[in-house]
Amino acid sequence: MADSTQQAQAPTAVAPTAAELATLRPTLISGNKTPAQVTRDICAPIERGPTGLWWAAFSVALTALAIGTVAVTYQIAYGIGTWGLNRTVGWAFDITNFVFWVGIGHAGTLISAVLFLFRQKWRTSVNRSAEAMTLFAVICAGLFPVIHMGRPWLAFWMAPYPNTRGSLWVNFKSPLLWDVFAISTYLLISAVFWYVGLIPDLATVRDRSKPGWRKKIAGFFSLGWNGSARTWSRYETVYMLLAGIATPLVFSVHTIVSMDFATAVIPGWHTTIFPPYFVAGAIFSGLAMVLTLMIIARKVMQLEDYITVLHIETMCKLMLSMGCIVGLAYGTEFFMATFSGNPYEQFVFFNRAAGPFRWAYWTMVCCNVMIPQLLWIRPFRRNIAFVFFISIVVNIGMWFERFVIIVTSLHRDFLPSSWADYTPTTIELATLLGSFGLFFTCFLIFCRFIPAIAMAEIKGVLNDPPRERKPAKSIEDAPQGDAA
Amino acid sequence: MSPLFAQQSDEQQHRLLATFEHEDDLLDAVKEVRQQGYKIIDVFTPYAIHGLDGAMGLKPSRLTWVCFIGGMIGALGMLWFEYWIGAVAWAIDVGGKPWNSLPSTVPVAFEAAVLFAGFGSVFALFAVTRLYPGKQADLPSQRVTDDRFVIVLDQEDTQCDTQQVEVMLRPFRLVALEERVVSAGEYQ
Repeated sequence: MADSTQQAQAPTAVAPTAAELATLRPTLISGNKTPAQVTRDICAPIERGPTGLWWAAFSVALTALAIGTVAVTYQIAYGIGTWGLNRTVGWAFDITNFVFWVGIGHAGTLISAVLFLFRQKWRTSVNRSAEAMTLFAVICAGLFPVIHMGRPWLAFWMAPYPNTRGSLWVNFKSPLLWDVFAISTYLLISAVFWYVGLIPDLATVRDRSKPGWRKKIAGFFSLGWNGSARTWSRYETVYMLLAGIATPLVFSVHTIVSMDFATAVIPGWHTTIFPPYFVAGAIFSGLAMVLTLMIIARKVMQLEDYITVLHIETMCKLMLSMGCIVGLAYGTEFFMATFSGNPYEQFVFFNRAAGPFRWAYWTMVCCNVMIPQLLWIRPFRRNIAFVFFISIVVNIGMWFERFVIIVTSLHRDFLPSSWADYTPTTIELATLLGSFGLFFTCFLIFCRFIPAIAMAEIKGVLNDPPRERKPAKSIEDAPQGDAA
Repeated sequence: MSPLFAQQSDEQQHRLLATFEHEDDLLDAVKEVRQQGYKIIDVFTPYAIHGLDGAMGLKPSRLTWVCFIGGMIGALGMLWFEYWIGAVAWAIDVGGKPWNSLPSTVPVAFEAAVLFAGFGSVFALFAVTRLYPGKQADLPSQRVTDDRFVIVLDQEDTQCDTQQVEVMLRPFRLVALEERVVSAGEYQ
């Protein structure tokens, strides 16, 4: 690079290059922040107490969660018969919600791990909240199969432990069991990754808080972090390792989720394209959810300088590319079915596009393939309100994708006499609403008590691209002792 | 009060704390200090600084090995467990597939590898850096977790003269230089 020789001479020599660079590439963080300002700005939402808007959002989320809790309690008490399932459509709303929520989680890991490995510095503004989103989404996802068991108090039977029934071991040849391991590993590793990233920021919160409960809790969980370079060096190594193992993990999780379907012999499910198709779809839907949350958070928490239009635009580009992969997968699936020479495959795909659930299929195609194409146009990507609209559209579309895959493949099976329809009951709708309630309740609590942006990482990219330095105080004019 | 400020121990050591407010200054200062042959006890920074470990002469961490070994234990252990369950303890015929079919054991073995590698490296990190819940932080300044960069020098070093150090570090926009007496074993 041209500036490296100049930078080596003296700190002041950076100036002309910085000005040049600024014209080439916008800064990641606007507002010309200093590290101290970063600390102040990001700690402000957690220090100033909840706003009216936060309480409003929190009460809505909590209400949804309460409705969901009532619905779940009811269906556990009365059984899965309270759902709209029948002998033909044995999986529907519940598994749709499961796959939907697992998918949402994937963008968090993409941003925190995959983009870290690719040295995408813009990720620092969104990785903390995207990881939190992953965590909450996976919790929501995990609830559905557990509820689906009908007797959730026996969920521990999925664990391979010596028992008095034989020992009757679990069946490791079943993708459903692989899923148990994949989702629980994903939850644990995401939680650890998130927490490790949080430690330096908790130390910052600890050191700036007045004595009180916040200082105590932050002090307890910051593990005595003191910013020692020896610790940082090891910390960075472990962070890199976690990113390195979380990357194949995230791909494995949705691959395994897709195998729940792909290893079955049901036409419409039994296809080798499923793993990459599901992973792309998961990241696509997750990015949409990240955008939804970030656009709200930057406004409500006044973090516009940190989550800038640049960040929104970059995520739009990622979302667009994922959307195109998903669109390609839809086309490929149809092509393969048409040319398969297998009448059952052909029927399922024809039935998807023109059968009783065609409204769901075409909603999916419109939301996931057609409308996101508008993101090719730069002014649209930079229009926050429009991006918010697109993100909601994609969320809806991706929910319908799972619904289409699951329900349309099942409802008209090999035997026409057993063909059936499927309509969700109020209980199922309330459970879906409840999962959104749980997700947003968790997310709002997170925004309220934990720095929503990784301060220690943001401070590391403030100087990117290198910018002009303010004249620093020298020791002669500094006050006594450590400059306060 | 942080134990750093306390002078309770019989055995006391003298430290020199140089404070900076920019990472570039800190990096240059660290290089200069090492070149002049002073002993750096540690450097404290609010965020990870690219190239600082190289400047301080820190060796690459061996925690990667913990990750590798953890991953191997997870993968091999789970492969064995799945084989033992599927082919020995409770052999179930699934669609006529062989009892010891390897491909079906791969996904769970992979997840176990990731789990062990991840938790292994994180717990090893906590052990090596002596981080544990509720630990009292040993801070040279309240602001090292905010916006200050501190180099801690060993003043026991006979050649470490405060005035000389000040002259040496002034070109790097030194913000403050402070002598401090601490009980033995701190800032390590």
